[in-house]
Amino acid sequence: MKEVKLSTPLKEVDIRKLRIGDVVYISGIIVTSRDMGHLKMREVIERGEKLPVDLSGEVIFHAGPVVKKKDSGYELRVIGPTTSIRMEPHSDFIGNLGVKVIIGKGGMDEGTSNALQKYGMVYLQAPPGCAVVLGEKVEKVENVYWIELGVPEALWVLKVNEFGPLVVGMDSTGDSVYRSIKENGEKLIEKMF
Amino acid sequence: MEKIKKITTPLSNEIIQDLKAGDNVSITGYIYTGRDAAHKRLINLLKEGKKLPIEVKGQIIYYVGPAPTPPGYKCGSAGPTTSYRMDPYTPALLDLGLKGMIGKGLRSKEVIESMKKNGAVYFAAIGGVAAMIAKGIKSSEVVAYEDLGPEAIHKYYVEDFPAIVCIDAKGSNLYETEPPKYRK
Amino acid sequence: MREINAKQIKDKVKELFLQANYCIGEDVLNSIKEASLKESSETGKNVLSMILQNYKVAAEEKIAICQDTGLSILFIKLGQEVHINDNWEEAINEGVKEAYVEGYLRKSAVTDPVFDRKNTKTNCPAIIYTDIVPGDKIELLVTPKGFGSENMSRMAMMVPADGPEGIVNFIVETVKIAGPNPCPPTIVGVCVGGTTDQACVTAKKATLRKVGEHNPDPRYADMERQALEKINNLGIGPAGLGGNVTSLWVNIEYKPTHIAGMPVAVNICCHAARHASAII
Repeated sequence: MKEVKLSTPLKEVDIRKLRIGDVVYISGIIVTSRDMGHLKMREVIERGEKLPVDLSGEVIFHAGPVVKKKDSGYELRVIGPTTSIRMEPHSDFIGNLGVKVIIGKGGMDEGTSNALQKYGMVYLQAPPGCAVVLGEKVEKVENVYWIELGVPEALWVLKVNEFGPLVVGMDSTGDSVYRSIKENGEKLIEKMF
Repeated sequence: MEKIKKITTPLSNEIIQDLKAGDNVSITGYIYTGRDAAHKRLINLLKEGKKLPIEVKGQIIYYVGPAPTPPGYKCGSAGPTTSYRMDPYTPALLDLGLKGMIGKGLRSKEVIESMKKNGAVYFAAIGGVAAMIAKGIKSSEVVAYEDLGPEAIHKYYVEDFPAIVCIDAKGSNLYETEPPKYRK
Repeated sequence: MREINAKQIKDKVKELFLQANYCIGEDVLNSIKEASLKESSETGKNVLSMILQNYKVAAEEKIAICQDTGLSILFIKLGQEVHINDNWEEAINEGVKEAYVEGYLRKSAVTDPVFDRKNTKTNCPAIIYTDIVPGDKIELLVTPKGFGSENMSRMAMMVPADGPEGIVNFIVETVKIAGPNPCPPTIVGVCVGGTTDQACVTAKKATLRKVGEHNPDPRYADMERQALEKINNLGIGPAGLGGNVTSLWVNIEYKPTHIAGMPVAVNICCHAARHASAII
């Protein structure tokens, strides 16, 4: 298990070195997207249009921040991860857009594991319920798109400095902490009953 | 409508073998009632090696918890309850010689196998046709577990009780064979 | 402030539970009549004809349509200008008790659900949902809910990505799993949104909506149509003995919900969808 500091845009070769249990800190740009954000990205691409952000080498963070509107833009107050499994149907789609890191909580399923292997991506677990601490790592709100979806569901483009600690929960070799826990649990249930 | 087979209780093996899934029947004779709580007590008695309060051999159990009897009736509204809840208790009773069950809804694989092994039939009464069924019950007495109220074991004398052979002694099951004919 | 006597409430509750248990609503009756014309299976037609005859006997002779006279549920809109001169909950429960004892209705309520399961002998406690609304009236909507159908109900915490297709599939799957157990042809009440509790209660209320009326929002009405068509294509039929009328109607309600969720509750009601209402 190692501690790794990475900067965006991320390179596939660096991502493919990460293994489950590694602790990662990311500097540069991360983009938030939750349920509606992902659905809208698909609609836009299906229409043959471009997304407002180039996601090549980028990070998608399953989150919706609490922000304060100011004359000069938005100030981020706190931000924490939402449950990632809801975004499971979209993993291959975002891998194809060039995304290299997904940050969330609770893990994702086999479809995502396949996409991580195929595109050289990792899934990082952000500490849940630590929205204040994570918020302090956000230097500024660079931009926001699709605010009509509501503050939580919009695409927030955030400049971050050593955002973390983030733990590799699923890596590009197909390993998954969440899968092992589930399998062990199932074996125990068989034993118990 | 097809011919209705008139049958009387107690059910002989001959009657059982003659009944086919899909037959419309009209039952006359004595039948017993029992549902969740009564079945639990019967099985507990069997486990303890004690005698049951009713004779099960050759008999029909009707899964019902009737409404109270209004004036002028022998029994209150008495439609079938959903049978699957009695599944855990049924094979033991079939082993003792129970020949018929009246209820509604699906039965488990274990129950159907036990029916094939022991030669028994499962009749479906129509759920929600309770008022009409009440009119066909000519006498009713509580024979066990009065404290259970509607869940007590009653002995009914029924005349022309309408039912359909839902699962026969060969395991042919209307709930499996009929819906696919209407599936689109 | 309008003063209402608790006895008035008790009497009205009693009257409504008797009415609901003896007389089926016009909309359900007409729906079964239409279904018996549409049904192609011979057994199915016979079942529907027996159901219609049973409704007639029950209403004429004032005997319970079904022996499962259910747990007693009330949806009440209580005007904020109303003052009740005695214990409201006691009055309602007294009304239920009188209906069930004097009306020869089965008492199906048990105390603790796991261990003793002792019959309360009164069909109480009633399950009461009260909304406080402007005005000086009390609107009562009562429904005795039988458990053959209640036991077949389901809920799922779906996700936004599941969409309308996911919801329709969940509804159809619920009916498919239920098979003959809830006494088809059924009326299916659905609520999408809210929270776990709100979705379940609203789905129950949805079963009481008039059969034949769609949700005023055309997108939800479309989901209702799709679900009904797919359900009837399952072939389960009246009493589950095969046929093309498995459900009479699907009612979908929706409630505002959390950005992360899409709860879906499906409450199944048997063909004897019994309810009665009155305004005091």
